[in-house]
Amino acid sequence: MTTATEQFAEQLSATTLLRFATAGSVDDGKSTLVGRLLHDSKSVLTDQLEAVEHASRTRGKDAPDLALLTDGLRAEREQGITIDVAYRYFATGRRRFILADTPGHVQYTRNMVTGASTAELAVVLVDARNGVVEQTRRHAAVAALLRVPHVVLAVNKMDLVDYAEPVFASIATEFIAYAESLGVPEVTAIPISALVGDNVVEPSAHMDWYGGPTVLEHLETVPVSHDLADCPARLPVQYVIRPQSAEHPDYRGYAGQIASGVLRVGDAVTVLPSGRTSTVEAIDALGQGVSVAWAPQSVTVRLSDDIDVSRGDLIAPTASAPDVTRDVEATVCHVADRPLTVGQRVLLKHTTRTVKAIVKDIPSRLTLADLSQHPEPGELVANDIGRVVVRTAEPLALDAYADSRRTGSFLLIDPADGTTLTAGMAGTAFAENAQHAAEAAAGAPDDEGWDF
Amino acid sequence: MTSTARSVDEGIDAPYALSHLDALESEAVHIFREVAGEFERPVILFSGGKDSMLMLHLALKAFAPAPVPFSLLHVDTGHNFPEVLEFRDRTVERYGLRLHVASVQEYIDAGTLRERPDGTRNPLQIVPLTERIQSERFDAVFGGGRRDEEKARAKERVFSLRDEFSQWDPRRQRPELWQLYNGRHAPGEHVRVFPLSNWTELDVWQYIARERIDLPEIYFAHEREVFNRKGMWLTAGGWGGPKDGESVEKRSVRYRTVGDMSCTGAVDSDAATLDAVIAEIATARLTERGATRADDKLSEAAMEDRKREGYF
Repeated sequence: MTTATEQFAEQLSATTLLRFATAGSVDDGKSTLVGRLLHDSKSVLTDQLEAVEHASRTRGKDAPDLALLTDGLRAEREQGITIDVAYRYFATGRRRFILADTPGHVQYTRNMVTGASTAELAVVLVDARNGVVEQTRRHAAVAALLRVPHVVLAVNKMDLVDYAEPVFASIATEFIAYAESLGVPEVTAIPISALVGDNVVEPSAHMDWYGGPTVLEHLETVPVSHDLADCPARLPVQYVIRPQSAEHPDYRGYAGQIASGVLRVGDAVTVLPSGRTSTVEAIDALGQGVSVAWAPQSVTVRLSDDIDVSRGDLIAPTASAPDVTRDVEATVCHVADRPLTVGQRVLLKHTTRTVKAIVKDIPSRLTLADLSQHPEPGELVANDIGRVVVRTAEPLALDAYADSRRTGSFLLIDPADGTTLTAGMAGTAFAENAQHAAEAAAGAPDDEGWDF
Repeated sequence: MTSTARSVDEGIDAPYALSHLDALESEAVHIFREVAGEFERPVILFSGGKDSMLMLHLALKAFAPAPVPFSLLHVDTGHNFPEVLEFRDRTVERYGLRLHVASVQEYIDAGTLRERPDGTRNPLQIVPLTERIQSERFDAVFGGGRRDEEKARAKERVFSLRDEFSQWDPRRQRPELWQLYNGRHAPGEHVRVFPLSNWTELDVWQYIARERIDLPEIYFAHEREVFNRKGMWLTAGGWGGPKDGESVEKRSVRYRTVGDMSCTGAVDSDAATLDAVIAEIATARLTERGATRADDKLSEAAMEDRKREGYF
């Protein structure tokens, strides 16, 4: 007999997970949007709301300031700014959400790159009164650079432009054209008022002309698994499991999280960088033998041949194994306070492999707002985006980031103290015509004094 | 250890989708394996409570059929629930693990630590914890903290670097990108690792139900002698309650968190089974810590301050 509770539990456990990021400044109403998503989906509990109301009153505000829900650190509350990426959790009957809420001002690029790196979707906010501004183009560029599969343009404060369709349509058209030129595969534009609640969770009563989904409806229905069958399988080996027990004298399993694609028993595979080949004999999916597994499952794989495999190796289908290289060209976002310079000796961490490397060249620095190139900057400082050429001491099985976010990304680390210096994305940054489109779009500068 | 990796029969994401529990499980297992691959002496903070039982379960799965390559560490405040301590010891024995216990009571008896006027021993855990980490040379310390618990925790990394005093500096955190965790640290420093960062209380309970993970019985509704202090139902006992004017009564309660008896409150509940607990949490209007932790009510930044000083 199934009780109502059990049905409820079963329904809850069958939901999928969506990771998304929000981008925009306080002025665009980002905190209000986040607060409303949390509040209207009933994810803010009574004691949290009481704490926010209390804190808002202490700060002399009449209405609860929903931004205080996300500003977790003392310094943030004291200064009224968001310093760091905050992760928020909420759920509906259809899906569980992990929201990376990135601050609009301090260390903006670094934080948005961090939030976008694991996001399947990015919400870019614009103020309907201002339209697409330089900051919007930066947000679109970060989403494109990090290859976030889905982008939502939320045109906020529609209540302040009389809910006028032409205002929304013109902003949406401009943004979509720009995002597509950068190679963003999908943009959904939604007219909202976060303050009033139009089209955030509930459909708006003021915009009959809009027939699309609300922000939450879109978040609930956007596909989270995309074209896995078309991506070649990648299994970076994390750990070799060898019980050497009486029960399992010869068990030798290669444990890892499938970074992309689908892996099947019987697949002919190559282990990189050694190039040795074998066949997948068995896949253990955390206690259960399976014949097929896919990203991002954690599995243990056994091979039919007794070959040398250790942490840092990559298991890939022989038919579609990546090239192995010691010369890496990449677009990077510099995240450390100390600069990255030509000739610097670093560690390069790629999947489960960390190797010594040297920065051979920094051919250019990129301005995010118009994607203009500044050749030979000599160094990159915090929040710079640039191109780098790195030579590694040992070969890497590296994909282009455009093909695989997980196996095309890497970190550069300072060997002296372990500081994370730079986040790297192997291969070409944007679609071919991106820079041309960006320069055309940036024709009229609207500098707000933000310097990257 | 029952089934895993069931695909989700949801049109938009079929066939290659994972349920949110499978996705969270996979992420946590990945974190355990990264630590096993990169650190010399990892240890799991283990109280016998639900989050530490969940961590242990995930670690067992991550390395099966080999044993878990970590030992366990518990900071015993001296005011822990006896039922939970017994459960802790049974679990350690069942899986043939090694448990280190750092005792707050021993520090108090030796005069190294002094009892606080309010009687809570939670902040007193920092020194025994740090000294044991130092003396055992643990370089990675798994904690069951979740970002949904508290807003300072929402800002902490999965790999959280701590100095030789265990201190956390939120402004000097390393950006954490993709699934690339940077665990490099200097001698004397260690890394706190939070494999449950992205889980919510509801996820934890759903997963416990799915995997049939054993828990101490005090998580389920039972009759208990409690008294009310500042709106929280505390268990009477040798730790110092009730005081004059506080009267003991018998109520049907359960615990949502299990910590020091002096500051962990029970909630009124009739939820005696896992399903009933899940239903209760899904409709709860208070957060786990808000409902049950007196120490977090001290100030807006109580947790941040404790973390900076080396707390979990």
